Amino acid sequence: MTEVKSPEAPAPPAAVPDELTPGRGRWHGLRPYLPLVALVVALVLPYSTLHLPGVFEGALNSPGTLQLLAVCLVFGGLAAGYDLLFGRTGMLSFGHALYFAAGVYGTDILVTKAGLPLWQAGLLAVTGGTILAALLGAVALRTVGIAFAMVTLAFAQVGAILVARDFGGLTGGEEGLPLDVSGLPQGLVGVTNTVNLYWLALAYLVVVVFVVHRVSGSPTGRVLAGLRDDERRIGVLGLDPYRFKLVAFTLAGGLAAAGGVVYVLIVGGASPHITSSEWTLALLVMVVLGGPGTRWGPVIGGILYMYLDHRLVAFGTSDAVEALPAFLSNPLSQPLFVLGTVFILAVYFFPGGLASLAPRLALLRHSLRIPSRRP
Amino acid sequence: MEPILSVENLSVRIAGLHILQGVSFTVAPTGVTVLLGRNGVGKTTTLRAIVGLTPPAGEVRGTVRMGAQSLLARPTHRLVRGGLGYVPEDRCVFAGLTVAENLRLAERRGSTPAYDKVFALFPELDRRGRQRAGSLSGGQQQMLAIGRVLLNDNRLLLVDEPTKGLAPKVVTEVAEVLERVAESVPVLLVEQNLAVVRRLARDAVVLAAGRVAWTGDAQELLLETALTKSLLGVGSAEGHHPAGTPAGARKDQH
Amino acid sequence: MDTVILLTLTGLGLAALYFLVASGLSLVFGLADVLNFAHGVFLGVGAYGTWWAAHNLPGAGSDGFGFVLAVVFGVAAGTLVAVLVELVLIRPLYSRTIEQVLVTVGLSLAGVALLQATWGADARPFPRPEWTRQVTGILGANVPNGGLLLIIAAVLVLGAILAFLRWTRYGLIIRAGVENREMVTALGIDVRKAFTLVFAIGGAAAALAGALGGVYFGTVSPGQGGSLLIFAFIVVVIGGMGSVIGSAYAAVAVGLTQQFVNYYGTSGLGDICVVALLAVVLLLRPQGIAGKVATA
Repeated sequence: MTEVKSPEAPAPPAAVPDELTPGRGRWHGLRPYLPLVALVVALVLPYSTLHLPGVFEGALNSPGTLQLLAVCLVFGGLAAGYDLLFGRTGMLSFGHALYFAAGVYGTDILVTKAGLPLWQAGLLAVTGGTILAALLGAVALRTVGIAFAMVTLAFAQVGAILVARDFGGLTGGEEGLPLDVSGLPQGLVGVTNTVNLYWLALAYLVVVVFVVHRVSGSPTGRVLAGLRDDERRIGVLGLDPYRFKLVAFTLAGGLAAAGGVVYVLIVGGASPHITSSEWTLALLVMVVLGGPGTRWGPVIGGILYMYLDHRLVAFGTSDAVEALPAFLSNPLSQPLFVLGTVFILAVYFFPGGLASLAPRLALLRHSLRIPSRRP
Repeated sequence: MEPILSVENLSVRIAGLHILQGVSFTVAPTGVTVLLGRNGVGKTTTLRAIVGLTPPAGEVRGTVRMGAQSLLARPTHRLVRGGLGYVPEDRCVFAGLTVAENLRLAERRGSTPAYDKVFALFPELDRRGRQRAGSLSGGQQQMLAIGRVLLNDNRLLLVDEPTKGLAPKVVTEVAEVLERVAESVPVLLVEQNLAVVRRLARDAVVLAAGRVAWTGDAQELLLETALTKSLLGVGSAEGHHPAGTPAGARKDQH
Repeated sequence: MDTVILLTLTGLGLAALYFLVASGLSLVFGLADVLNFAHGVFLGVGAYGTWWAAHNLPGAGSDGFGFVLAVVFGVAAGTLVAVLVELVLIRPLYSRTIEQVLVTVGLSLAGVALLQATWGADARPFPRPEWTRQVTGILGANVPNGGLLLIIAAVLVLGAILAFLRWTRYGLIIRAGVENREMVTALGIDVRKAFTLVFAIGGAAAALAGALGGVYFGTVSPGQGGSLLIFAFIVVVIGGMGSVIGSAYAAVAVGLTQQFVNYYGTSGLGDICVVALLAVVLLLRPQGIAGKVATA
């Protein structure tokens, strides 16, 4: 028997089924409604003038906070979309940045350079990103495992080069391309309208979550999960793994492009760093931190990652950190150092991500409570 | 006689599949014990579990002892250095290395490699020292796979299907070599070729569906056509003498 | 004609840099299945180690023997970091390849951030001997000495690694392990010691690439390793994972393609051609031009 040495497609731990979670407490009945509660909180949030010192700089409904929250929500959606590949199908793509960038730069160029109305530009960008994902996926999926990761990485690198070299003067090169807002709907322009961008981001997140859940609950989703666990078994069933993987890849690419459309509106332009491989690595970190293949893990991971990425800068320059000796304060002022370290620790100690923490904590609470009931 | 190897209640689960479900048997301190069974019944899994090569996703339970020593949970290279020689299925010689390099790799620290012994058994290996192992014939590769293990002193050899895919003439050669090897070291052999089994084996352990279905005298098993056919799915030799007992009925079995 | 020679030699200089990074990556992947995203960090450590030593280490400097000492220090630092990474972070996850990749991803993020935190995000002028700033006339072309230095170093490293693989016991173990790691352990060999060794070799080569790349480019910055790493990955895949000689061929192909197409075509087109080359190679031969099957 020849040894199979190739690192097979990853098989992230499956979610702990709800019925196994021993949480017979008061809140147990509310669990199914938690996402709904979160949604209501998210909907009410822009009407609140609450100050949370240390958590956000301004009041909750201040434009700065709302913009940060909007970015977080978009990345929650992007991470959920990426999880369709990594956590739910077991495909390790290092090139997801490309499809996001297609949405960002596509919209930006079509609006700013071609002067198209936003809805046309956005539609074309999403369509283009989806077609791009289908075409490149059709090629890349002829390989599996690490080779697939490398091919997707290389394809995305072409995108990064195209953007950075500014072919045809379209992308603005290293400088990036500010979005020309003159032709945009008034409601999406200006600091006072940040709240509308927040709604847009929230809508995007809801749509992605809805799509991902629908897909993973469908027969196709079960095939995808089967591919993740054991590709050969799916082949034995007479199903063509390639076609199912291509569907997942295309869909994830389309969702990422849509996220790009929303993102370019929120930040008001495109910059070349979103095309880099680091950007895809960040998505991977979000998904793994949150819990690959779980219902809410990637969403929470994406939101938390972007929040920390922004807030750690403030944390790093805060008085508490400044007061530390330089060998501590310098690294701590680098968000990526903190996130990278947390990520490594998560891989070691919480392989299921944040999503695995809740059942564990519940288990712990449960086991602590039983003895106390005994007289 | 105290067995050289005793396997008790060995269970192996790989990716949710119970490949072995509580296998128990012993290997005598001399001669060849043969492990039989239909394809996919877990023979190779058994050998690999003994030598600690269950894939990382697998889960092994039970006890395996060589002499007084417990084997499970010890790393493979330690077991091999402790005198457990392993000749894998499909030979697994290093195709890109020369024959001499394949042999040199198998030298174990702290013992003098017995090249003269190996070259006496396989003069071919001496002559072809500079040839790439990948360009050897199947039979020669098998000789190399056995020869490299014999460079060192072993307390027990695990040999997995050494005659698989070989020409009849080469099968005889391999069997001859194993016969001579077994004079000095006990062998646990997985083998499908019943002619080879008849020639070499003294004891037999038959696996079926992840469990031991039969243990006893190998020669007697081969005489029992109906039994051989039901256990192995192959017709056997002539003769109708009753032999052996189903594992469940044996008193000396745990 | 002299343009062609200049492009060839600068292309080979680039190839040398790719090879120094890719050889270690290739060995690490071939033997241990670890796709090491943290390899760029080893390069950064080598570059900043050399930079630091040239300024601070007694006896070291930017010229003559002092510079050699500074490079030795940088390479030693890179090697040490690589060994520590293997022992502390990679080894506990033995044969859990996806987790190992994830850990190196985290490490690449944290490591670059750490370099940035310590020495700032901006490029710094790299200490280098005067003669490396000059050019040598070869057949009418003025070739930068820094590039020639890289080529010589890469050839020496290639020779050293091949000799090591060919004539030492550990070299034998590594070659065998790339073919079939499990069988190496089944011969009574603790293959994990070889893992540490390939990390050390890879770390040393990458650190050397960092130091000499600093000389070539004249500056050092935290992100340098990352941008080189992608092309090094491409070199590894084209060359066949686990094959050092394959990496050498692929590095030359990639370096020359990039240099020539970027010159005669549009700037940036060469990089795209390299990716196209990768796609073609992978689709025709998923295992690369040499070495073992890298897919399933």
